[in-house]
Amino acid sequence: MINRTEQPVIKDAVDFEYHLKPYEKFVLDNGVTVYAINAGAEEVLQVEWLFFAGNSQEEQNLVAATTNHLLKNGTRQKTAFEINECFEFYGASLSRHCYNETANIVLHCLNKHLQHLLPVVQELVTEAVFPEEELALYKQNNKQRLQVSLKKSEFVAGRLIDEYLYGIDHPYGKYSSFETYDALQQKQLQDFYQHYYRNGKCIIFIAGKIPPAAIGLLNQYFGQLPFATDTLVKTHPAKSAVAKKYRITNDAEGVQGSIRMARPFPNRHHPDFIKCMVLNNVFGGFFGSRLMSNIREDKGYTYGIYSYLQNHLQQSAWVVSTEAGKDVCEATIAEVYKEMEDLREEIVDEEELLLVKNYMLGTILGDLDGPFHIIGRWKNVVLNNLPENYFYTTIDTIKNITAEELQVLAQQYLRPEDFYELVVV
Amino acid sequence: MIQYERFILSNGLRVLVHEDTATPMAVVNVMYDVGARDESPDKTGFAHLFEHLMFGGSINIESYDDPLQLAGGENNAYTTNDLTNYYCQLPAENLETAFWLESDRMLSLAFNEKSLDVQRKVVCEEFKEHYINKPYGDLWFKMREMAYTQHPYRWLTIGKELSHIENATLDDVKNFFFKHYRPVNAILVVAGNVKTEQVRKLAEKWFGDIPMGERYNRNIPAEPVQTMARIQEVKANVPLDALVKCWHMDDRLSEGYYAAELITEVLSGGGSSRLFQTLVKEQKLFSSIECYHFGTTDKGLMTIEGKLVKGVDIKAADAAVEAELDKLKQELITEKELQKVINKTEAALAFEDISVMNRANSLAFYELLGDANLMNEEFEKYQALTKEKIQQYAGQIFTASNSNTLYYLSEN
Repeated sequence: MINRTEQPVIKDAVDFEYHLKPYEKFVLDNGVTVYAINAGAEEVLQVEWLFFAGNSQEEQNLVAATTNHLLKNGTRQKTAFEINECFEFYGASLSRHCYNETANIVLHCLNKHLQHLLPVVQELVTEAVFPEEELALYKQNNKQRLQVSLKKSEFVAGRLIDEYLYGIDHPYGKYSSFETYDALQQKQLQDFYQHYYRNGKCIIFIAGKIPPAAIGLLNQYFGQLPFATDTLVKTHPAKSAVAKKYRITNDAEGVQGSIRMARPFPNRHHPDFIKCMVLNNVFGGFFGSRLMSNIREDKGYTYGIYSYLQNHLQQSAWVVSTEAGKDVCEATIAEVYKEMEDLREEIVDEEELLLVKNYMLGTILGDLDGPFHIIGRWKNVVLNNLPENYFYTTIDTIKNITAEELQVLAQQYLRPEDFYELVVV
Repeated sequence: MIQYERFILSNGLRVLVHEDTATPMAVVNVMYDVGARDESPDKTGFAHLFEHLMFGGSINIESYDDPLQLAGGENNAYTTNDLTNYYCQLPAENLETAFWLESDRMLSLAFNEKSLDVQRKVVCEEFKEHYINKPYGDLWFKMREMAYTQHPYRWLTIGKELSHIENATLDDVKNFFFKHYRPVNAILVVAGNVKTEQVRKLAEKWFGDIPMGERYNRNIPAEPVQTMARIQEVKANVPLDALVKCWHMDDRLSEGYYAAELITEVLSGGGSSRLFQTLVKEQKLFSSIECYHFGTTDKGLMTIEGKLVKGVDIKAADAAVEAELDKLKQELITEKELQKVINKTEAALAFEDISVMNRANSLAFYELLGDANLMNEEFEKYQALTKEKIQQYAGQIFTASNSNTLYYLSEN
């Protein structure tokens, strides 16, 4: 008979070796840096053009996001339809995203089609025109979408908590409104584009089973363009709200409340950042966390509750987020504080700490098998301007952190008086 | 081409192994042949509630999650109308822990009252979060009830109403488990940095002595062929009018399924697709519009769902959609369009196969459909379609008598 009551022998994840495949670096004729991860078995590629064109750079709300979104809605030669067709004909997808400091264009395609697609991307970053009628349609449809989103408590709560943390004028705290959509002008987009895309600083990340010709093609299409070799990312001071507690009614008939609790936190350069990632996992970072075990698995107040450190370059925040039954929102908040108190007062036992370490490291190990994940880790290092050995520092910190250190960190950072507290019903 | 080995244990458990030494991880995927379509109409939402209970401890192991996390693993599960799937990924060295955990919960759950009590509440909150506390949250309850009169696709996996979940008893749970969660109704896929022989030994060791159970023979009512157009109008506290239309389409293994998939691509597969270009960009009737189907095993629903631009009359919008469908029925799509949707399908399949977890999941899914190797034949089936076939199937699907239309109107 086998013994079903005892776990088979495991190798602790803290005893594994971790290796992050190094990137290859190329410099195009005009000085643009290309970071490349050549890995994977499928004949697929991901190419990302990253510009310092995030909303920190804009003079008026939504200009950065709108410019980014409408990059593929018309060039001097092609209509939006024709541009979409170029990519879609080859089964490729071209997405774009605008963040706080940066904005990007991301191409996913089969290797064999790369040569047909790069010239079109080149056209987008050199000859986009932002047609009036495309902007008008964008405004109309986004205002409609906003109307729907504003009915959702989680959407409203997400906006408000960032406003409390950073202030409504800060890139991390500001948000869209009907008026800000109305105020958008074609000329603003064109100017922003000239400055931050056409003549902006560009970094390229390429990952997948990279064909030998790929870097040459990148140089051909992007190595001759007038990109800037350097750029200044504007920084903005945060203006956190004074009042800490908020209860908002968004929909009188709502059956759940969106709870957000958050405190300001330093960025990744702070020596406590990685250590607090471990503490965060104990607290609310994964399914086996204290918050989830107590508030979902024991009390059944919610479908899910998580805590996390925001991934911002300049400064961060430590956030607890959940949707809970309307009548148990206050009880949920009380339980969150109780879990903070536990972490401050009681030392985490060795078994729980080992579980969290193994879980975190196992997840990292699982994340290392694909080229897209690997380039993602390197991008994080490049953008945050972190040391090249950051990955290994992270692994070492997770492996070696002690329960005593976690308690000290909890006493320093998990104090109720530092947290904003918001419920939107 | 995905390589795999397949064998069957004496208790009927089907085991598939897919070796991939490029990853340090192993994936263990257990798929059970039970979904929301197997529920009785007065106990809906049960398959999904049950999925939650599968994490509440098994006969010999108090917690599923803790030992897995200790072994550096993570896991999740999902329930559809057709099936329930559990999957975990962990460092390959610790593979045996996954066998230990998965086999014990196939042997028997702990059937603990507290876990049932908590998960009833959790699922009720999930219900509220996704279907009550959201604008348009109840749309699919209404739409499914209109489109299906007999077939259990009439309800969503979350269940018809909160009370069905609230009233679930421990006896219901036990009966459901011993009826459906038996080796003979399950498929085990192990993928990643593993060896077939190693998996065979572990499978025999951990799953071999679990009683076979009775083969579940599905006997659910087929949906009668629809003979008359159905239309409904509702008003709700939402900011924008929405139009939803559904037509019955072929089952997962028919040629018509593949044709339907390509039709959704022609109509709404991106910024150069027909519905977006005509109805959003040119005619400006919709702020968003999509065409998709549910990928169900039994005959499913082809769907077009859109939000109207404020001020547009919903009948005019509906007519414009119909005009696009008429075009598809009357004229062949262009060679370029056909090539485009085939290229897109080829790329989508390649990207899907990047992740070992997806590969394991697909193998289990196709095995459940009848043959894991179907996974390797998918692309050929799309390639075999012609412009004429697509026109023919469009003509078959998009008829008035096969249509279900919901006008979901803003009451403001």
